[in-house]
Amino acid sequence: MITRFLVQGMDRNLRLFILLVLAVGIALPLLNQLVPPGNPFHVPAWVMQLIGKYLCYALLALALDLVWGYCGILSLGHGAFFALGGYCMGMYLMRQIGSRGVYGNPLLPDFMVFLNYKQLPWFWHGFDQFWFAAIMIVLVPSVLAFALGWFAFRSRVTGVYLSIITQAMTFALMLAFFRNDMGLGGNNGLTDFKDILGFPVQSDATRGILCFVSALALALGLVASAAVVSSRFGKALTAVRDAESRMRFLGYRVEGYKLFVFVLSAAMAGIAGAIYVPQVGIINPSEFSPANSIEAVLWVAVGGRGTLIGPVIGAFIVNFGKTWLTGALPEVWLFALGALFIVVTLLLPKGVVGLWGQIKTRSRERRARAPA
Amino acid sequence: MSFLRLLAVLLSALASVSIAATALSADIQALVTNLTAGGLSDREAAVTALAASGDARAAPVLEALGAGQLYVRSADKVIVIGKGSGANIALVEAVSGKDAGTAPESALERVRVNNRLRGVIEGAVGSLTLMSPDIRVRRGAAESLLKRPDPAALGPLDAAIAAEKDTRVKQAFQEARAAVVLASDATSQQKIDAIAVLRDRGDREALGVLQGAVNRATDPAVKAASEAGAESVRQTLAAWGAAQNVWYGISLGSVLLLAAIGLAITFGTMGVINMAHGEMVMLGAYTTFVVQEIIRTSAPHLFDVSLLIALPLAFVVAGGIGILIERGIIRFLYGRPLDTLLATWGLSLVLQQAVRSIFGSSNREVGAPSWMSGTFQVGQLNITYGRLWIVIFSLVVFVALIMLLRKTPMGLYMRAVTQNRPMASAMGIRTPRVDALTFGLGSGIAGLAGVALSQIDNVSPNLGQGYIIDSFMVVVFGGVGNLFGTLVGALTLGVVNKFLEPYAGAVLGKILVLVFIILFIQRRPRGLFALKGRSVE
Repeated sequence: MITRFLVQGMDRNLRLFILLVLAVGIALPLLNQLVPPGNPFHVPAWVMQLIGKYLCYALLALALDLVWGYCGILSLGHGAFFALGGYCMGMYLMRQIGSRGVYGNPLLPDFMVFLNYKQLPWFWHGFDQFWFAAIMIVLVPSVLAFALGWFAFRSRVTGVYLSIITQAMTFALMLAFFRNDMGLGGNNGLTDFKDILGFPVQSDATRGILCFVSALALALGLVASAAVVSSRFGKALTAVRDAESRMRFLGYRVEGYKLFVFVLSAAMAGIAGAIYVPQVGIINPSEFSPANSIEAVLWVAVGGRGTLIGPVIGAFIVNFGKTWLTGALPEVWLFALGALFIVVTLLLPKGVVGLWGQIKTRSRERRARAPA
Repeated sequence: MSFLRLLAVLLSALASVSIAATALSADIQALVTNLTAGGLSDREAAVTALAASGDARAAPVLEALGAGQLYVRSADKVIVIGKGSGANIALVEAVSGKDAGTAPESALERVRVNNRLRGVIEGAVGSLTLMSPDIRVRRGAAESLLKRPDPAALGPLDAAIAAEKDTRVKQAFQEARAAVVLASDATSQQKIDAIAVLRDRGDREALGVLQGAVNRATDPAVKAASEAGAESVRQTLAAWGAAQNVWYGISLGSVLLLAAIGLAITFGTMGVINMAHGEMVMLGAYTTFVVQEIIRTSAPHLFDVSLLIALPLAFVVAGGIGILIERGIIRFLYGRPLDTLLATWGLSLVLQQAVRSIFGSSNREVGAPSWMSGTFQVGQLNITYGRLWIVIFSLVVFVALIMLLRKTPMGLYMRAVTQNRPMASAMGIRTPRVDALTFGLGSGIAGLAGVALSQIDNVSPNLGQGYIIDSFMVVVFGGVGNLFGTLVGALTLGVVNKFLEPYAGAVLGKILVLVFIILFIQRRPRGLFALKGRSVE
């Protein structure tokens, strides 16, 4: 059934796009490892790392699109799920350092020794096992999303109210994680990672694998999202977005639909964060800042909400622009980002992907008008 | 030593005999001379004797002795008070206060005191200054006696109480007397009365005296009474502490109110999410900064009214930009609240970066005019003038806004458009113009808030960001579309925040408040004061 879905159920463009993502994820590490430096086809490690990072952002954007584009829930707190996944991964990586830290304590990470912790806080137990960390990466964001969504959707908190409480949530988490008493590294967060599953984090080979894993996760995310969206469930979801009251009157349990997709989306964001952290080598509380979450919303808006390809493209466009501008003209970056927000909402409500359709309909209209 | 003592006794005898004409003066002179004679234990008796004379001239001598500034000039054995140190110490004669020239430290012999003696001296000075003509000195004397009760001061105190005209000083004397009684070996009944006096005073000093009495008391009745008194004082202190917290809370709430009230208009009555609202506040603060800069360079004498000049300018600047935003961006996005949110967020980034490019990213200094600095006390409350003015200002803005919405044609149009846009339009109200003006009004009020916030916060490009989430919380908590809800919401959140702070710390308190609001919205999705009926949907 899954193969049938993969072969027939999916849009042809989407299938090609997923293959493209996978191809990038395979080609970049291979070109980095097998082609010697100096050859024009050699991909430097930093490019590979950058693309790996973008792939994680794209997965976050996809997760956000699932709730915003398909269900009309504008979450301004998806950065929190991303960061929570990242922290779970960071805790695993911290435990892997073992006695190689500056203080050489076999059990406690450096910052705990520094802050005079006598023993490991209870929530750090188990994170020395990868399987446990992997479960937590999915579970922690999901549980938070479930708790928030269960309360919010049941009491019919919708629209901007929901946006604002998700923003308040990520803001509160940011303040909490900044505290040293939280036992998660406070201000500095978790960093100085040594290795992941026995492979050194810093080596190019590991980075290549991580880049591939990012592409694979994005591809799987796309497949899963396509499966959700094209199912009966997905149709109901879109209907909730467009006419929530009507769906309720027709007898659908609207909050169930919303809750499912919200939790799914949070889990995807958590996975994206977890793959992101070993690639950038640090996770700190600023990942929770509301500005980050809103920026992720912009990726979706730029690419085109309500499409699966759009958010991925949007994440790549905006982040390419960010990397280039913050390097070349740092003064201009915020102007550009701000202007992008305004231009996209005013002129491109369907994003870059929708632009093609917009142009087509306009020319068709013009053609239709011309004879008359 | 014995020779010195003999000399001193001789001198004092000589003095008392020879200057018989001015008996009192001679008496004092003798008593002062006694101070320099003998060992430390003799000195204590001399101090007490001098204090018992009740002569106002004794006070400076004793103070000098306590401060180690009383000397005997080696050459002629005249007792002098010296100011300064090293080669030339300026001298005055001890009792008469006549100028006695200068002398190097080596030509003088300091009259030594120890800590125990200093305590005695302080008490003695306290009782001496009770009769000073200066009201502040008298109150100071009462306070110092309260802190260091000296049983010997009981007599002078009673005399002072009888002579005192000023009721507040008299009250202070009576409280000091109570402390003295507790320290003395008065009867139990007297002590219990004294405890009652101190209990009514009810501040930290009274608590100190009462606790001392608890430890010292031998009579169980006195002990019980002082324990009860201390407990009662503790309760009074706790009540004042709570009142102080309420004041801090109101102060914080007024800031929140100022920041949120403009938002309440744009969000509440227009349904528009203006994420750039915080930047309007920031623009108001920077307007204040510019106004003060111009005043500093060209008209420094106007500095005290700089804020009054900045107020209308900030309103116009922020309001004008608000109108531009509405005409340029928001009017295309009516009915799409989520898109408005994103567009205005983008706008806020642009405004922040623009201000950063013009003024730099560091904090700018905005000074406080003289009438906004300083503090005063109400009971045991400390109130700073700056905060008080901000509270008053926020309430004035609030009332003015309510009046504007209720009593003017413009307010009528605004309410009409809010309630039923097509109908208002059909009645001939130009709804686009009303939209623009409403948005301008909301932004202008944010500008006013910026002037006030420039007094208590860092004026930097990030100023607005710190307030935007809090303001949304206030509006959502209070209930959208209801200005009174905003008022109640702001004050409640301010007070709750300040009451949580001592227990949970500032950051955790804030987190708790955020969590509380998130939960609260689940219970009442439309806020404390929800609009009912048709206008809801």
